Amino acid sequence: MSVFQLLNGLTFAALLFVVASGFTLIFGLLRIVNLAHGALYLFGGYIGFTVAARTGSFALGGLGAMVAIAAIGFVLDQGLLRFVRGHDLRQVLLTLGFAFVLDDLALVIWGGDSFTVPIPQMLRGGLRVFGVFYPTYRLFVLLTGVVVFAVLWLLLNHTRLGALIRAGVDDAEMVEASGVNIQRVFLVTFLLGSALAGLGGLMGGAFLSLYPSADAEILVFSLAVVIIGGRGSLVGVGIGSLLVGMLNTIGQVMFPELAYFVIFGPMAVLLAFRPLGLFGRPA
Amino acid sequence: MTGRAALIAIIVVAAAASLPLVLSSYQVGLATEVLIFGILAMSIDILAGFAGRTSLGHGAIFGVSTYVVVYATAQAGLPPAAAFAAGVLAATLVAMIFGLLAVRTSGSYFLLLTLALGMIVWGICLRWTQITGGENGIRGDVRPAALLNNNSFYWTVLAGTAIVTFAVWRFVRSPFGLTLRGIRDSESRMRSLGYNVPLHLFIGFTASGFFAGIAGALYAMFNNFVSPSTVALAQSVEGVLMMVAGGVGTLFGAFVGAAAIIALENVVSTYTERWQMVLGVTFIVIMIFAPEGIIGKLNAILMRKTR
Amino acid sequence: MNRRQFLKTTTAALAVTGAGSWRGAHAQDAPIKIGLLAPLTGVVASGGKEMVEGVQFYLEQVNSQIAGRKVELVIEDDASNPDTALQKARRLVEQSNCHMLIGDLLANTGLAVANYVKGTGTPYFIPIIAADDLTQRARIRNVIRVAGYTASEFTHPLGDWALKQGYKRIATISQDYTFGHEQCGGLAQVLTEGGGEIVQQFWHPLNTADFSPYLGQLADLKVDAIFAMETGADSTRLIQQYASFGLKKTPLLMAMNGTDQSVIRTLGEECEGIISPAHFAEGSDNPVTAKFVKDYEAKYGKIPSLYGFSMYSGMMWIDAAVKKIGGKVEDRDAFIDSVLTTELVDSPLGKTVKFDAYGNPIYDVYIRKVVKRADGKFWNVPIQTYPNVSQFWKYDPETYLKQPPYSRTFQGIKKA
Repeated sequence: MSVFQLLNGLTFAALLFVVASGFTLIFGLLRIVNLAHGALYLFGGYIGFTVAARTGSFALGGLGAMVAIAAIGFVLDQGLLRFVRGHDLRQVLLTLGFAFVLDDLALVIWGGDSFTVPIPQMLRGGLRVFGVFYPTYRLFVLLTGVVVFAVLWLLLNHTRLGALIRAGVDDAEMVEASGVNIQRVFLVTFLLGSALAGLGGLMGGAFLSLYPSADAEILVFSLAVVIIGGRGSLVGVGIGSLLVGMLNTIGQVMFPELAYFVIFGPMAVLLAFRPLGLFGRPA
Repeated sequence: MTGRAALIAIIVVAAAASLPLVLSSYQVGLATEVLIFGILAMSIDILAGFAGRTSLGHGAIFGVSTYVVVYATAQAGLPPAAAFAAGVLAATLVAMIFGLLAVRTSGSYFLLLTLALGMIVWGICLRWTQITGGENGIRGDVRPAALLNNNSFYWTVLAGTAIVTFAVWRFVRSPFGLTLRGIRDSESRMRSLGYNVPLHLFIGFTASGFFAGIAGALYAMFNNFVSPSTVALAQSVEGVLMMVAGGVGTLFGAFVGAAAIIALENVVSTYTERWQMVLGVTFIVIMIFAPEGIIGKLNAILMRKTR
Repeated sequence: MNRRQFLKTTTAALAVTGAGSWRGAHAQDAPIKIGLLAPLTGVVASGGKEMVEGVQFYLEQVNSQIAGRKVELVIEDDASNPDTALQKARRLVEQSNCHMLIGDLLANTGLAVANYVKGTGTPYFIPIIAADDLTQRARIRNVIRVAGYTASEFTHPLGDWALKQGYKRIATISQDYTFGHEQCGGLAQVLTEGGGEIVQQFWHPLNTADFSPYLGQLADLKVDAIFAMETGADSTRLIQQYASFGLKKTPLLMAMNGTDQSVIRTLGEECEGIISPAHFAEGSDNPVTAKFVKDYEAKYGKIPSLYGFSMYSGMMWIDAAVKKIGGKVEDRDAFIDSVLTTELVDSPLGKTVKFDAYGNPIYDVYIRKVVKRADGKFWNVPIQTYPNVSQFWKYDPETYLKQPPYSRTFQGIKKA
């Protein structure tokens, strides 16, 4: 495995981490399998694309995507999901219905052509890393992934909100019994998780491009990451992302015929021994 | 009671059998689809309604059967009956593998896991080009010559559906089915009573896969064609939606749900290509306002009236 | 089809049955019903929209009249999904009683519908579906490729062109399905028979998010040129990532769909200079082509893609054939014969096109290059022409048909 392929795996893993960390936060704390997460990613990408193209600023695109997707997340959580709290199946199917609506809406608004988020001048071109020429933007994605991990880690481990979230993942009722307004913690987590999907959409939209069905693809990868990592575990998502990112690269290079199997096969084997994933706790 | 149930069953089947007399050829085709997808939805209901576990991987089990039947007739030259049996057997085997991996989980994990397992099947069908034809799928004259006519095929499927439905009905009312219900209501109690919970779920999953396989084999004969979209997640989702729309745990609701969704799709897509949005909104509305499904809702209304 | 159209049809149908006696005359008055299948949702939705535009653009120009009969277009969305395509085809044939079907974009949808109409006998026209065998080893009489092409038809001459440029060592990367196998096979066979070498071939699944693993390997091969066969979003990504990994110093050859307007419309300089073969080049200076492109742009605000062009020309071909039989599309045999013997005279290609003996059009094939237009948009401009290219290139059809169809395992590669 060359340095080049290693970097490919790592950059893809970084993007997966950003998207899947949002998924696992929501899954971990609210117990919601949010199948609209992929659609939020795609919608965020489109919005980021539009903002970045209009204003010429990649940073504004990112901000726009995060704010807009957090807002859509707010509608989803407060407008719809609140009616089905506590029902696994109803929640899942509701988010799936929501994903259908978002996807079709994106098709109406952006028309189904594939778009690529414009990359700022300073991130274009390539750099020489460990003797190989590598696109600067991808290295930026890698860096962003690391930064997001660090920020989330600090948030979870060194703030009051983080402590509440961690406690809530283990036992939400206990937290509520101790007089904390758990509903507010839920909401903040949902918005944060959605915003991460939006950010992922912008980042991915610049090198994987945006098109109908991109949502399902990223969702499937995220599911694999979360299943491997386990519910609500940040470290789990980190390791899961690295695993899936590297397996994806190895699969495409060495076993092109079995590309999907190389990702999901190990996942299935892992589950046979650890049904809740590497770092999962019973729901 | 059984006399009355039998009478109702006879009336329903007779009514369904007379449909081709009033419907156009195309509508008979749709009715056939309702029956096939009704069986798929019912097979999901065995797990969802009676064991408390909803599978998002049944589309893949269904589709494996479709693939095997089309391959066996079009490429391997097997007679229809043998191909049919091979398809159902393959689906049952896949369900056993799914079951082995999935029965130790419940709730959201079960959903996620079955979804991911279904994705593996989809990935294999997409990439194993030599056997599955990859993206293009496989075509052939699968349907036996005697059933080429839309009406005769419909009646055959109807007869099959009646038998399968009766079998499923007996299955969930058997002592085994009652145990599954016990697991649904309280897993820990069943465990402390000495029941082997994973084993029961495994058998339940396998039986459910067997019935989904029958639906898939019929679908192969209906379409004479199969491609990865038949095993895709959307297929599983559609099956679950039909089951939920009819009513979880009502078994026969599966057919009502299938009819409702297929009719909706056909009516709506005549007027707009925004069908996907309508479907999405339907999902949301059902989940919020009628989670008990059409049959469940009707039951509730009837109960209130009689009281 | 909207409600109003539906009501109109119903009334028309009632009028016909109600009048009774002069049935023949009334059949002539009734509209010709054409069922259009296009992916309006799903992965290739934007292409589907342009297919509809191409058909409507043509019908508008003829006032929705063919051979004195009104044309009624019934549009159905195949959702980029073969199961849906099949269901919609059933509806168009059995419920809407269409006289003919036209359309579908993805090969899997087209093949599913072809398999169905084999049983019903309904004429089905496929300007976009390029699967080789539909006009080669597995012909279906009522499935006709008006204004379409076989996948390997244009990559044969591309192979020849590459040899003449001195591109002896070529690697290919392609979507892993029949359309890709066939296009790569065409190039590989001509190239290797002329003394070139296919260094390596990469096959990736449709909708590959990240091409970097493949690009890394391609860069290591040190080849003279790279041939890429991509459609839709995959093509967008490949072109972009190819440029961002600094591979542009190696010439990039693509299949015609790779640099189609539907792809390069949203791209910038990264697509400049890519070579592709095709029968249509929107940047051609042929006056007829130029006028078509100008009119289309004025109407829809974009340069026409392959999809818009092919459906437009396909409708024109059908129109000519229907005129020859005086509008009697109900006589399917006569209609199909008429289509097969009709020559397409006034198409936007600016040249007459006719079928070969196997029902596949013979074209002058352009080698095209993507260049920047004065207004900053990119388009394909012809740089060389191969006249009268059939699906069999320079081979004898019968010998050619004895070799297996191109697939992942058979690429027609001649061992050196």
